[in-house]
Order: sequence, then structure tokens, then C-alpha cells
Amino acid sequence: MRLLVIGALPLLVALAVLSVPAFRGRRVPVALLAAVALAHLGLVGSLWIAPESGTLGGWFAVDPLGLTVLTLTSILFLVTVTYAVGYLRREPPSSGRVFAGCLMAFLSAASVVALAQHLAMLWVGMEATTLSVAPLVFLRRDRRSLEATWKYLVISSVGIALALLGTFFLASAQGDVPGRPLVLPDLVAHARELHPAWLRAAFLFLLVGFGTKMGLAPMHTWKPDTYGEAPSLVSGLMAGALTSCAFLGIARITQVAMAAGLGPFAQPVLIGFGLLSLAVAAVFIVGQSDLKRLLAYSSVEHMGLLVLGLGLGGVGAYGSMLHLINNGLSKSWMFLAAGNVVLATGSSSATGNRGLVRTLPVSAGLLVLGLFAVTGSPPFGQFMSEFTILRAAINAGHPWIAAVMLLLLAIIFVGMAVLVLGMALGVPDPGSVPVRESGWLVLGPVALAATVLMLGVYIPGPLHDVLTQAAVALGGTAP
Amino acid sequence: MTQESLVALALLAVVAPALPGIVVKTKSLLTGRRGPPVLQLYSDLWKLVRKGTVYSRTTTWVFRAGPLVALVSLLVAALFLPLDGRSAPATFAGDVIAFAGLLALGRFALVLAGMDTGSSFEGMGASREVTIASFAEPTLFLCFIALVLATGDLTLSGMLGTPLAAAWPRSGATLCLVGTSLFVLLLAENCRVPVDDPATHLELTMIHEVIVLDHSGPDLALILYGSALKLALFGVLVVSIFSPRAELSGPVAVAVLFAGLGVVAVLVGVVESVTARLRLTRVPQLLVGAGALALFGIILELR
Amino acid sequence: MYSAAQLVLLFVVLSDLAVLGTTRLSSCIRGIAAQGLLLGLLPVLVAPQLSVHAVSLGVGTIVVKAIVLPWLLGRAIREAAVRREIEPLVGFIASQLLGVLAVALAFAIASRLPLPATTQPLLVPVSLATLMIGFIVLTTRRKALMQVIGYLILENGIYLFGLTQTESVPFLIELGVLLDVFVGVFIMGIVVFHINREFDSLDSTRLAELTD
Repeated sequence: MRLLVIGALPLLVALAVLSVPAFRGRRVPVALLAAVALAHLGLVGSLWIAPESGTLGGWFAVDPLGLTVLTLTSILFLVTVTYAVGYLRREPPSSGRVFAGCLMAFLSAASVVALAQHLAMLWVGMEATTLSVAPLVFLRRDRRSLEATWKYLVISSVGIALALLGTFFLASAQGDVPGRPLVLPDLVAHARELHPAWLRAAFLFLLVGFGTKMGLAPMHTWKPDTYGEAPSLVSGLMAGALTSCAFLGIARITQVAMAAGLGPFAQPVLIGFGLLSLAVAAVFIVGQSDLKRLLAYSSVEHMGLLVLGLGLGGVGAYGSMLHLINNGLSKSWMFLAAGNVVLATGSSSATGNRGLVRTLPVSAGLLVLGLFAVTGSPPFGQFMSEFTILRAAINAGHPWIAAVMLLLLAIIFVGMAVLVLGMALGVPDPGSVPVRESGWLVLGPVALAATVLMLGVYIPGPLHDVLTQAAVALGGTAP
Repeated sequence: MTQESLVALALLAVVAPALPGIVVKTKSLLTGRRGPPVLQLYSDLWKLVRKGTVYSRTTTWVFRAGPLVALVSLLVAALFLPLDGRSAPATFAGDVIAFAGLLALGRFALVLAGMDTGSSFEGMGASREVTIASFAEPTLFLCFIALVLATGDLTLSGMLGTPLAAAWPRSGATLCLVGTSLFVLLLAENCRVPVDDPATHLELTMIHEVIVLDHSGPDLALILYGSALKLALFGVLVVSIFSPRAELSGPVAVAVLFAGLGVVAVLVGVVESVTARLRLTRVPQLLVGAGALALFGIILELR
Repeated sequence: MYSAAQLVLLFVVLSDLAVLGTTRLSSCIRGIAAQGLLLGLLPVLVAPQLSVHAVSLGVGTIVVKAIVLPWLLGRAIREAAVRREIEPLVGFIASQLLGVLAVALAFAIASRLPLPATTQPLLVPVSLATLMIGFIVLTTRRKALMQVIGYLILENGIYLFGLTQTESVPFLIELGVLLDVFVGVFIMGIVVFHINREFDSLDSTRLAELTD
């Protein structure tokens, strides 16, 4: 019952906002958004305390993988809404109800993806997330964001279409095997009986399709444009929540593939995509001059790490799940801090922004701390997760992968540091005054930063249990 | 070489000039006019034969030989067609290539005759005609390949005769595609709209008329008769595909063929009235499209 | 002899080739509408026995793919006053030949795939061919509207493949897929409208400002 509410409530409110005439005009119903966010988080939190069994004939259920993504999405949504309170006072969108409606539709769709056990239902949710975010990318209504929206729509739609084909291939693989068609527990239970050729094809198409949504190289070309042109709070939500949902899709098919014994086929493919994403990110980060595009390429890098960990197996699966959380939280924090910069100075490029420590002290501090977090320095959470993935590489007998990964991470650190530190330090333009940073605008990012810091030092017991169960389901082990 | 097939060939040679008349009559009726009589071409031929010829001083024997070579090649090509639905006067394995080659020879002779006049205007028409031919020839061969695959026979009498009737239940879709493709080729090779407008009076839009511009008298009669015969030959191809007449007796089969030719002529008239002439750059696209249909038929056969 | 389903599938391939070869945008939209109609007939023809699932899926498909989506796209070209596609990146003749090549490849691949005996033999090759031709249109055409049409053809190919799995994929999911496609094209139509307003043309090669 709770699952139904979690999935459907935001959508129903969204539909109401979009259709009821009372919501016309520019004002965004922020109170309504906040209410939905809090209710959603509360329900998700209750799932941690009192677990619930499935509904709708087993189509929806809470399992460790889904619970992780759902919690992450819910937290990020609340932070985004908090930020929006301050943001919307400075830059109101042209249509308030489209903004609110699309955000809530996104929350609903992401919840569906996280809770779905029927893989076709997961696809429907994934497509819904794509479509609900598109109007948000287009919020500023200028040429550049129009171009970004078009590229995003076309590339994502093709990716999602390929994922649908992969889902149909999976159904073909099931053929006459007993069990409900395309329902995950049945697929995993009868995995050995699935037709191997169809299963391999399904794996590849689902990887490419959902990988396009994640932003894995070489399907990442829409990312820098979209994250660069969309309003920062939307970019943060996409980088944190949307990519995690897409990763969930890949994780599900990996679950099935591992259970069917296709490890030797699937793992090298995952490792290949992971290393390619790391390399592409490294190449494009060095010499980057725009903060938001830099963060987009950093997102490509972290998606590569996620898939790499998944492919390495062993403790790598645990590392990936931990990294999912750390990455989601810190990307959102970085994008919101970048959003503050854009609000104050009007652009996110390095040429217009120098010496932010003097003009925007809190946001600049958040950016610098975020630099260290995102590149995997202790004591932040990413250090633990990236270290776990390194360990997995060495345990699996591929020390060269660990070496390549370290090298690329080092290059990325240098590239990012040059830009971020260059923007934060240095002499500000004469005539720029310190900007008063509204409490709403920094509350969210600071909270996220604190969480990531905590996760670097201590992982709470229940979280560790859930992550371990998720890792085991993915064919890995706990550290 | 049976007597029946020779008689059928003679009948075809006599009936051929009626076909352009049917086309023009259909076009006239569809546009609300009465139009010239169906047998008008016979009168035109008779008038031209009794006239004298004028030869330009810049022309050579090539110019005089052109119309004759064109007509003779068409008549020889007609020998390969099974007009009674079973056997042709002449047949050997691979005679499709001879058929296509003879048609090409006829076109080649006319083009050379046109270029022999030394005028740049005919040169323009020649280059256009040959461009269209370079797209039409491969398409024709693709259609023949599809027919070979469908019927398993390498002779024209086989491809359009008894084995064709047997192939219909199995390869019906392929044969429909080939028939459509051949109809488009008919429009292209016989200079009909949408490829070339036979009734145009604007010189820069002409393709075929340019080449035959300088001929007069009996030469022109030979050319006009030849183009009517070419229309008849392609019509026979299209009709044979859509109505396999192997079961019918000789005279009935020939009668059905001529009725079919009439239907094809009416269809050409309808197409000419309904569609507009294509821009010259779009004609290759049309022919490639027809080729694509034939290729699709081949794929269906190979599956 | 040919069953009705096989004839419909052959006409689907012909409609694919027609969209590849035509230059007028309104003809392309009519081709898509015809394809939607053909696709709507298929669930009824392919299903082993007539069921509510099959009939409602067919009706839903016809309503969305043959009526609503072409109407949306038609409105978009009328707004933009665009008539013809300019020479695409590959060329019309090359596209036609590529399309036939795609059909040949699809038949070749499909003959190697292990399929249960109950499925219609032409369904998988035609779905793969439609998929590939949709991809060709999507990647080689310049006008934004043609890219949307390419995406629709791609989706049609996937839908055709989905028809081999009518038992596994329940009606609710098919509805969800249709709805997603509809909303997707709706949003794309809005973006196309805005592209036309901003850039005064639908030429997507003009969308090249964002770069590293």
C-alpha cells in the first residue's frame, strides 16, 4: 500500500497542478512541492524501519538495490525543493505549474523505476523520467537551452528505444521457461534456463540503452550540453537521481546475467565501458573552461566508475553501490553550489568568475570541498568507495585496471583542480561585491556535504546491511 | 519457331501503332476533350512514308542508318518474347541478356544518329537520354534476376511462360514487385510522364524528342513506328507477368495479351494525366526506387 | 499462399522504403500514418486467437500512431511552413540503397536467430528492417521533423518485435509504451515549434552553438 502511495502520489499531485486552473501563472506552488517531498521522504524512511512486501502481483517490491536508489532520489528531491525556495525568488520560471508538475512527475517516475520488479514496468518508468525532465531542461527558453533540449530528447529517446528492444529480447530469452514473464525474481530463479543467445543480446541492448540515459561513453554526448544549459537545480537532480535510476536498470540485467552464469561475457563489457568513460572524461576535463560542463564530464567519470565496479565483481559491487550514494549526494551539492555562482554572476564559465572566496564565501567553500570530495580524497565518502573498487580490481587479478584507473583519476583531479581553484581563488574583478547568500540556497548543499563527510568516516549499520545485500544480489561480496 | 508464334508476332507488329493512340485518347478523355482518333498514328505513318527526306550536309551514314537499326533491333528482340504465353519464335538460355542488349542497341543507334548531326542541342538530348538509360538498365536487369530466381528458368519464354504460372502461388509478392518495377521502367524507357513529356513543346524540357528532331519523311516514320513497337514490347513484359497464360490455348492467349496491352496503354494514359513531370535530377531517384522494389523482390526470393 | 499478416508486413517494408525515398515532408507524414494503420492491424492478425487484449491494442495503436501523431506532426509543419527536405547527409539515392541493404541484412540476421515455431516468420526480419531504416532516417536527415519521423519508425520496428511476445508483455505495459511514445512525440513537437521560432528554420545542422 505504501509502495503505491510512494509511486502514485507525486504523479497525482503533478496532474492536479498541471490541469487545475487555480495554478496558472508564474508562481510556483513551492509549499505543495515541499509537502510532497516531505511526505515522500517520510514514507521512504518508514520502509527502512518496517519493510513491506510486494504489491500488484509482485510487480512492485522493495529490494536492497531499489531501496538505495529510492532513498537517494527522495533525499535529493527534498534538497532540490529546499534550494528551489531561494532560487525561485531570484529567477522565476515562465510557467510555474510546468516546473512543479514536471518535478513531481519525475519523482513519481523515479520511484516507479526503483520499486519495479517487472522489467517492462521499469522501462516505462525510465522513459517517463526522460520525458518529465525535458521541459525542465528547457526552462530558460533561449537558443542554447533549446539546442541542448533537442539533443537530449533525440539521443535519450533512441537510447530508451534500444532499451525497450533489449527488454523484448529478454522476454524472448524467457520463452517457455516457467515463471512470470519479465518479473525479476522469477528471472533470477530460473536464470540458468534462459536462452543464452537472447540473454546476451538483451544484456548488450539494455546496457547501451540505459547507458545512454546514464551518460556512459560513447553515448554521453548529450550530457555536457544538457547539464550545462539546464538550470543548476535540474542538473543536480539529473546527475544525482536520474543517473542512479538508469544505473539501476543496468544493475537489474546484471543481476539476471550473473545468476545465469554469463559473468565471463558480461564483466569484460562492463569493464570496457567503465574504462572508456573514465578516459573520455579525463580527456575532456583537462582544459575545460565551464564549471557546469566540467561537472557533467565528472558525472561521466563517475558513471564509468560505477559500471567498472559492477564489472569487477567481488567487493566491486559493494563499492559501486556505496559510490552510487556518494556520487549522487556530492554531484547534487556541487551543482547547487555552481547554481549559486550562476545566480550571482550570471555565468558559470571561468572567464567571468574569479576570486569567488571573496564574493561568495560559502558557495566557494562548498565548491572547493566538493572538488576534493568528487575526486576521491579522504575523508570524504568517495575515497572509501573508489578504494573498494580498486581493491576489487586487484583481488580479481587485474592490477593493470587499478593502475589505469588511478592514472585517469589523477589526471581528472588535476584538470578539475585547475578550474575550480582558479575560480575560487585569485583576485576578483574590481567592482564585484560580496553577495549575500540566502540561507535557502546554502542549506541543502551544506547538509549534503555533511552527509558525504560522515559517510567517509562511518557507515551506519542499516545502510551497510542494505548495501551488502545489494552487492550479493549483484554477484559480489561484502568488504 | 511455331507458326502460331510467328503469326502472333506479325499481329503485334500490326497492332503496335494503336497503343500510343489509346494513350493519347485516354489523356484527352480524362481532361474533358474528344482527342484525336485512336488510329491516328497509322495515318501519320502513311503520310510520312509518302514524303521525301531532307538530310543535313553535316550528317553521315550513321544518321541514315540510325532509324533502321533501331527498328530492326526491336523486331529481333520481339522474337524472344513468348506472345502466346508458352514459347517464343527464338529462345536459348540467357536470351534475356540478348533482349536487353538489343533494346540498348536500338537506343544507342538513335543516340548516335542524333549526335551525328553535330548540333549541341541534340548532344544535350543524347546525354540526358543516356543518363536515364544508365539508371534504367540496371533496374531492368534486377527485374530479370528476380524473375530468374522466382521461376528458375534462364530463358525469356520460361520467365514469362509456363514456369511463371507455377511460380505465382509461391512468389506472388515478388512478382507483384517486379511487375510494378517493370511498369515504372516502361514509363522511363518509352519517355512518358513522369520521366519525359512526349507532348512538350519547350525545347529545354525535351529528352527523347531532341534526338529525333532532325529526321523527316520515311526515317521519321520508322522512328515513330519503332517507339510504338517499344511501348508494345514493354507492355508485353508487364502483361505477361500479371497474367500467366500458359493454360490457355494459342489464339485465346494472344487475344488476352492484346486486351492486356490495351489496359496497359490506358493505365499509362491515366498515369500521364495524374502525375506531373519530375525534375530531371529526380528521375534517377525514381529509377533507383524502382530498382529498390526489384531488390526487395530478390531478397524475398532468397530468404 | 500469403496470409493477411504477411501481406501487411510486406506493405510495412514498402512504407519504410517510401519514407526513405520521398522528399516532401507531408508525404513522409502520410507514410507514417499508413504505417501506423498497418501496425494496428497486426495484433489482430498475429494473435493465435481473437482476444480483447489484441483488439484493444490494435485500436489503441491505430488511434495513436495513425491519427493523433500524424496530426501533431502535420500541425508542426504547418506552423513551420516547411515543405521539403533538403539533400540529406547521405543523399536520397544512397539512402534508398542503404534501406534495401538494411532489409537484406535484416532478413539475413533473422534467419539465424532461434525463434519458436509459433511466431509469424516475416515478423522478426521486418521488425529489424524497420528498426534499421528508422535509424538511417534519424541519423542522416537534416530537418528536425524528419528526425522525429525517424524516431517513430524506430519505435515501430521495436513495436513489431514486441508482437512476437504478446503473451509475455501484458496489456498495461503496451498501453504504457504507447503513452510514452505519444508524450515523447508531443514534447518533441513542441521543441520543433520552438526551434522554428528561434532559428527560423528546421535545419538541425544550425543547432551547433554548444561545443567544447
